[in-house]
Amino acid sequence: MPEVIQTYTPLWACLSALLAVIPIILLRKESFLREGATFVAGIVMLGFVISMVPEVLSGKVLECMLVQITRDVPIKFRVDGLGLLFALVASTLWIVTSLYSVGYMRGLKEHSQTRFFAFFAVSLTATMGVAFAGNLLTLYLFYEILSLATWPLVTHHQDKEARSGGRKYLTYLLGTSVGFALPALIFCYVKASATGLEFSTAGFLVGSVEGATALVLLLLFTFGFSKAGLMPFHSWLPGAMVAPTPVSALLHAVAVVKVGVFCIIRVFTGVFGLEFLKELDIAIVVSWIAAFTVITSSLIALTQDNLKRRLAFSTIGQLAYIILGVSLLTDRAVMGSMTHIAMHAAGKITLFMCAGAVFVATGKKYISEMDGLGRKMPFTFAAFTIGALSVIGLPPTGGLISKFYLVTGAMDAGQPLLVTVFLVSTLLNAAYLLPIAYRAFFPKDRQLASQPFSWKSTAEAPWACVVPICITAALAIVLFVKPQLLLKLASLMVTGTG
Amino acid sequence: MAEQYPILVLLVLLFGALLVGLAGMADRRICFPVTVTALALALAVSLGILQRVINEGVIRYFVAGWSRPVGIGIELRIDTINALVLLTITTVGLLAAVFSFRRVKEDKTEKTPLFYILYLLLIMGLSGMVITGDAFNLYVLLEVSSLTSYALIAMGKSRRAAVAAFSYIIMGTIGASFYLLGVGYLYLRTGTLNMVEIHQAITGLEGVSSAIVVAFVMIIVGLMIKMAFFPLFGWLPNAYSYCPSSTSCVVAPLMTKVGVYVMVRMMLTVFGTEWVFENLQYSQWMVGMAVIAILAGSVMALAQVELKKMFCYIIVAEVGYMVGGAWLANHWGMVGTVYHIMSDAFMTLCMFLAAGIFLKQAGVVRIDQLDGMFRKMPLTMAGFVVGALAMIGIPPTCGFFSKLYLIRGGMESGHWGYVVALLISSLVNAVLFFRIFEIAYFGKKPVEGHGHHADHSERSVIKEARLSALVPLLTTAVIIILLGIFNQDLVDLIERSLKGAEVIGSAVLSGEGGLG
Repeated sequence: MPEVIQTYTPLWACLSALLAVIPIILLRKESFLREGATFVAGIVMLGFVISMVPEVLSGKVLECMLVQITRDVPIKFRVDGLGLLFALVASTLWIVTSLYSVGYMRGLKEHSQTRFFAFFAVSLTATMGVAFAGNLLTLYLFYEILSLATWPLVTHHQDKEARSGGRKYLTYLLGTSVGFALPALIFCYVKASATGLEFSTAGFLVGSVEGATALVLLLLFTFGFSKAGLMPFHSWLPGAMVAPTPVSALLHAVAVVKVGVFCIIRVFTGVFGLEFLKELDIAIVVSWIAAFTVITSSLIALTQDNLKRRLAFSTIGQLAYIILGVSLLTDRAVMGSMTHIAMHAAGKITLFMCAGAVFVATGKKYISEMDGLGRKMPFTFAAFTIGALSVIGLPPTGGLISKFYLVTGAMDAGQPLLVTVFLVSTLLNAAYLLPIAYRAFFPKDRQLASQPFSWKSTAEAPWACVVPICITAALAIVLFVKPQLLLKLASLMVTGTG
Repeated sequence: MAEQYPILVLLVLLFGALLVGLAGMADRRICFPVTVTALALALAVSLGILQRVINEGVIRYFVAGWSRPVGIGIELRIDTINALVLLTITTVGLLAAVFSFRRVKEDKTEKTPLFYILYLLLIMGLSGMVITGDAFNLYVLLEVSSLTSYALIAMGKSRRAAVAAFSYIIMGTIGASFYLLGVGYLYLRTGTLNMVEIHQAITGLEGVSSAIVVAFVMIIVGLMIKMAFFPLFGWLPNAYSYCPSSTSCVVAPLMTKVGVYVMVRMMLTVFGTEWVFENLQYSQWMVGMAVIAILAGSVMALAQVELKKMFCYIIVAEVGYMVGGAWLANHWGMVGTVYHIMSDAFMTLCMFLAAGIFLKQAGVVRIDQLDGMFRKMPLTMAGFVVGALAMIGIPPTCGFFSKLYLIRGGMESGHWGYVVALLISSLVNAVLFFRIFEIAYFGKKPVEGHGHHADHSERSVIKEARLSALVPLLTTAVIIILLGIFNQDLVDLIERSLKGAEVIGSAVLSGEGGLG
């Protein structure tokens, strides 16, 4: 058993976002101060998260008991490698996205900005709660809070499209969580309440379930956390693209969807335990569902002309990578899927923010209109290219690292067909992402192409939009050069110290 | 003083009613403070009772010192379960009374004293039903609370209120008659009306006496009408939705729940769970009917266009939760039922308080009139959202934990239909309430494109409710969350009365050797 340290740091990290709601609402008349509050909260949160890194790296686990809410199962935080990895990703990208939101929301003169920033902060609190959740009940609690807190963000425009997108969003997320995840949770509670439903590498369900029951339970969890967008419960994600782009960027490429896969990874590694799943021999069902999702969503992405929708389908595919990885149960595949959370986050958030920047600067949403735009917005499209490389998994970006682990993990598992799935989908990723970047710099239109490039003719989005894009693009490269921290955190989970 | 607490609750309310009448003759404005004072005192005393029960165990109080078994004495018998339900009743009573401030004055000025007299008598009747240890005394108090509620409901402005009250009287009287007949049979067979003595007599009998079975069935049928258990719920929706808001706020949360409580009490103390679950093989039937009640209530709630009607059908479904839970014949089912009596009382209170505020401030009757409410009445909506999340069953509200325990009971006893029905009902509630949220958030006419409605300029038109309405609503919302967070303490208390010594004949529910 790893050494356990009692500390309130995870709670403070969580609260720093929640408490920011108060100044955000109080300072609603002073937009600079209001957004300042968001930044301060983001930096404080990141500070708390980073302060936990050394202890977790040394193999310790941080715990924080909140409420003994039922006899056996408390609400408690427990920070291990996986949780910290996810918290690091979410809190870093929150700061970047906040900067971007300021530029985006002001650039478009959006209404109800106070509400927007307030719910953004609440969503981050819930995300941190999920990351640090020490048991299944706590995880479910924050998972549901996140669904509810992001609804006003998704439906921000309050128009007809937002209404139907928001309706779909909640129907899918609440429908599956109440319909599948909740009964699965209660079933665990009935079967294994003595274990406190606490995540452990061995899995708290060991010995409590078998055969078909175990498979049903695993599927209930996998589909119940439908934020992960596994088919056939994926269609809320493209629908939710009606949200303002910063929301899509942070929540739908990073926080919300990643919370979904995070929960599924937790179920695999903490609820069942990898060893127990190997023994049960049921995870392969999930692998094939995920493999199907990977290929199908990539094919659908190819046909989308709306940039944000194409990115949404790309996200569905990438999330399925993560699920596929963890369901292979080999050490390297699981490590790959954990690090892919971070790698994909950096790449995809860049792509989304680029889409938003294009919209702010030119009002264009469709890929067919973006011919030659790279010449007007060189920074945006340079970053787009890097983000695309990362999502595809090409050097010099972080995406390569996680994909390498995923593919070798699939080989370890002795599943050549699934290795092929990874490789085919990589080609598909390239096919739906690279042409956008290529066309932006080398337009089809002769006239456009023949114009010489000059710095004077550039028309970038506001600096508050462009700077974050460059930061995340740089991050994608940094993760290629220095992935050690992430890999160390992920390896803590598979070597059994977590 | 402390040993007189059980009777004091009733006396405070009874004398409060008298004082309200006297005060009303002098000055109508005094009625409200007198009522609130009486209810606050009752609340304080019921807290004291809970404290005593926790410290000393079951309280047996003999009214006027006529101790049993000699004489005709009426016993008040309080364990942790009824102490908690009593506390719920007095709390809901107080909150709803605060809410009625102004309302009654504006609704029916000349009837203010009458309203408050009836109100206090109603709370007295309900409290008495909960703490009494005498089956016939329970009937008397049942009639006290029923008669007062008929009158309170008939006070509604529209003529439909009178019709609804009339059909409620018919149904309610039939229900009460069934109950009385059942008690009559019990008395014939056992020669006593005291609950504990009835139980001892029943366990003393050899075999299954058909008279006792008939008595049990009659009592349960009577109670099923009183608690609006499907298919005997026909009186409820009209009665609760056409009556004045200040009435529905107290009647809707409490009447059905107290009915459920009495059923639980009959099963636990009077007949004993061994007798109920082992001699009678009704569990499958009752749980099956509860499943139908839950599904039917949910489906009918979906079909409603009026806000209060929708809540009424949700009540029908929630009664199904509780009856089903009680008849699961295991520990967690019963714990969940008793816990849900409390949590549902506050959730329903929250719903009806919000509905009352919407009606008062904005004339809302139908759901689609709620457009833009998040902007117009943010605080009211905040309270409403908490109640709605509890109804859906989102942690950490109390609604989540009652479902957790009920579903656990269903799983352990293998009643999968009940488990599925609970989940479906949660999903339906999610649809119901998010439909409302959507209307309240978007407004009627969706703005095309990027909305440019000004961020703050519309604040001038906010018609937020008055403090006397907001305070009860937000207090209820806080209670809903607190009940959830401290659910473990409540469950401990409930279990204390289910385990062994304190309540007789509950080995079935002791958790260790359950039937499941």
